[in-house]
Amino acid sequence: MGDILRLVLKRLGLGLLTLFVVSILIFFAVELLPGDIAQAVLGQSATPETVAALREQMGLNQPAVLRYLHWLAGALTGDFGVSLVSGERVTAAITGRFINTLFLATYAAVIAVPISIILGVIVALLRNTLFDRVANVLTLTSISSPEFFLGYILILYLAVKSNYFPAIASLSGDMTFAELLQRTFLPALTLVLVVTAHMMRMTRAAIINLLASPYIEMARLKGVPPWRVIVKHALPNAWAPIINVVALNLAYLITGVVLVEVVFVYPGIGQLLVDAVAKRDFPIVQACCLIFAATFILLNLAADVGAILTNPRLRHPK
Amino acid sequence: MSSKKDVLLKITDLRIEGFSDEEWIEIVHGVDLTLHKGEVLGLIGESGAGKSTIGLAAMGFARDGCRISGGSIEFDGMELTTTPESDLRALRGSRIAYVAQSAAASFNPAHRIIDQHTEAPIQYRIQKRMEAQEDAMQLYERLRLPNPDEIGFRYPHQVSGGQLQRAMTAMAMACRPDLIIFDEPTTALDVTTQIEVLAAIRDIVDQFNTAAIYITHDLAVVAQMADTIKVLLKGEEVEEAPTEEMLDNPKEEYTKSLWAVRSFKRPQKRRPTGPDATPIVSVQGIDAAYGPTKVLDDVSFDIYPGMTVAVVGESGSGKSTTARCITGLLPPTKGQILFNGEVMPPKYQDRTKEQLRQAQMIYQMADTALNPKIRISEIIGRPAQFYGGLKGAKLKSRVDELLDLIELEPSKFYSRYPPELSGGQKQRVGIARALAANPSFIICDEVTSALDQLVAEGILKLLDRLQQEFNLAYMFITHDLATVRSIADEVVVIQRGKVVEQGPKDEMFTPPHHPYTDLLLSSVPEMDPNWLTTLLEERGVDDIGEAADV
Repeated sequence: MGDILRLVLKRLGLGLLTLFVVSILIFFAVELLPGDIAQAVLGQSATPETVAALREQMGLNQPAVLRYLHWLAGALTGDFGVSLVSGERVTAAITGRFINTLFLATYAAVIAVPISIILGVIVALLRNTLFDRVANVLTLTSISSPEFFLGYILILYLAVKSNYFPAIASLSGDMTFAELLQRTFLPALTLVLVVTAHMMRMTRAAIINLLASPYIEMARLKGVPPWRVIVKHALPNAWAPIINVVALNLAYLITGVVLVEVVFVYPGIGQLLVDAVAKRDFPIVQACCLIFAATFILLNLAADVGAILTNPRLRHPK
Repeated sequence: MSSKKDVLLKITDLRIEGFSDEEWIEIVHGVDLTLHKGEVLGLIGESGAGKSTIGLAAMGFARDGCRISGGSIEFDGMELTTTPESDLRALRGSRIAYVAQSAAASFNPAHRIIDQHTEAPIQYRIQKRMEAQEDAMQLYERLRLPNPDEIGFRYPHQVSGGQLQRAMTAMAMACRPDLIIFDEPTTALDVTTQIEVLAAIRDIVDQFNTAAIYITHDLAVVAQMADTIKVLLKGEEVEEAPTEEMLDNPKEEYTKSLWAVRSFKRPQKRRPTGPDATPIVSVQGIDAAYGPTKVLDDVSFDIYPGMTVAVVGESGSGKSTTARCITGLLPPTKGQILFNGEVMPPKYQDRTKEQLRQAQMIYQMADTALNPKIRISEIIGRPAQFYGGLKGAKLKSRVDELLDLIELEPSKFYSRYPPELSGGQKQRVGIARALAANPSFIICDEVTSALDQLVAEGILKLLDRLQQEFNLAYMFITHDLATVRSIADEVVVIQRGKVVEQGPKDEMFTPPHHPYTDLLLSSVPEMDPNWLTTLLEERGVDDIGEAADV
């Protein structure tokens, strides 16, 4: 077990290093954007004196490296500065939105992950049958349709024509959990449709990839029934690629939901980011990007650890 | 034994087709086979003879991309070609079992050995889990596995190859089948390990009076195991006869040629004496390690121009590591390597082009050593260009010359790709690639062990001819002592990273030996059907397992 712990800590360290590099990239990428922040905040009518004063106040006269270190030190303590537009603390502005996004992502993941793995196992078992082909076509369709299009189709049929679910996923504080689930069902379903295909196809491919292995042939020659060959003999060896693709899709659920949030007017972090970019609210942009990067790194780390934990060679060393 | 009632398996006019290039091609052309209860039939032939395909067909099974297209397979009165898949499945594992070539690949890495063992008995409701486990442990004990009560609870990667192969035989026995198909069960093992597996298989087949089909390409092995031998060639039967008769008096030319393979022998050379004699390669007291694991300990030997030095030992003994040290791929932690009396830099990156040119390698698996997407002309031309600076027409004529040397017609092979070639042809290309650099020394790393005996013999003859023509020195890494006997001048025996004995071949093959050399030599199967029995008696049955497990 000590080996695994060491391996995980090593990966964690590498993840932190990556995050550090990404933070540099984010900070200086924003820095490279044309235009002067102080000018942008004050508008066209500002006098040069007021602009200069604001620059002084915002610390814009300091060298970029110094400002970066300052920002990084703040970020490490959870302080991303102040929004240029509203004057609100960035941390406060983001926290609620981020929780909303996490909720939606979890909602979608809880439905999508089990469904796609079970479906993947079933199509692997029934490979090259009609069921497999139909599933293939359907998942390809859902993968290739843009999510906003899927969203509008769902709104049309499940909200406008039949009125089962609300078309707009606005939230209020006094909702019960059941109401919350009902109100956010359509955006969650849209996300499920987008990510299921990818995960299902990968599960199918990972399993089928193993079917030529000698130990699968051995299982068949022991008279093991086909479903058991897949579930008991192939699946345990296919976890690593499946976990990887699941992690990738979970990351997408958090960082790639901008369009879905816009379609359903859902108060998530994606929408916040779009607004912030439009208004040149750089502290918020930087904080959002850093959160997205951290999400990606964390989920990939989880995938690595998952792959290690499902590998018997690493779990049971000689 | 051959009364009609006892017939367990009767195959008549079996035809099997394989799917390739968009059409079904017949690969087994009407083979007949009769097996009685408790009888062991040896199926032998080169690769592509259809041995495994026929073995699997005896279970009513065809691999993906193959189908049984004609004939009848009658197992204990049941016609398998017309039996539905679900009923066939009920036979597999319970009444007919299978032992695969590579136990390491055929045990599922995700489950403990005993769980895989008990899967069939539990599934067929022959035993409850606890009973099945008890039974497994007893079988492990009978097969002389160490710690029979505990070994099953390990994962496959935690157990050695020879032990896994015995565990797989135990697994095949789990439901006490009437018939077991052994598909080259010892091919992947060292000679020393092979013996214990052979002995274990023979004992257990005797004890339970199980019938078996024993598939192998090794005549000496089949001679120990089978009552009857059937020789196959390209999906057709050549001949069948009781073992003794087949060995003493083969009728067909093809069988005779198989029997004669091991007869190639070239005269042994002596190392030059006198003050001028400098070894072309001198390995002086090298140690090497992978990370913290020490794999070589004070290895020293010399190779003189024009001579073949065979380096022998079991897998993991450090043979290939020595080659890696000589070529500079793995810098030794101690000691030095000399070419022609000149000390080589330990790392290949620090060696000059001229130093690199002198030592070339030929690998075991020509399949993986040649890039499948690159034409033969480029594979051979690249080193000629790199070391010799040849270009254009000169390069082409050099490649043609090399192809001539390895007996492949230049006009036919010049622009082909490796996957279009047979195993033997690929290995020839590997040889040409090494020759292209004009080396004075070539390391041959198990170059014949992946090849059929007849093809391997061709390669050995070619290497011998090239050696005479160019005065090449070979370092011949092998675990096959028959090869050593036929081509080596000197022998170096390595055990666990140490040289235990070295000297001229004739001395090495005459007693007294170092105990380890003795173990290696006596473990090479001989054609005498009583060889295994005699050997086991000589060694005393009980210490076989220990001898090979050390």
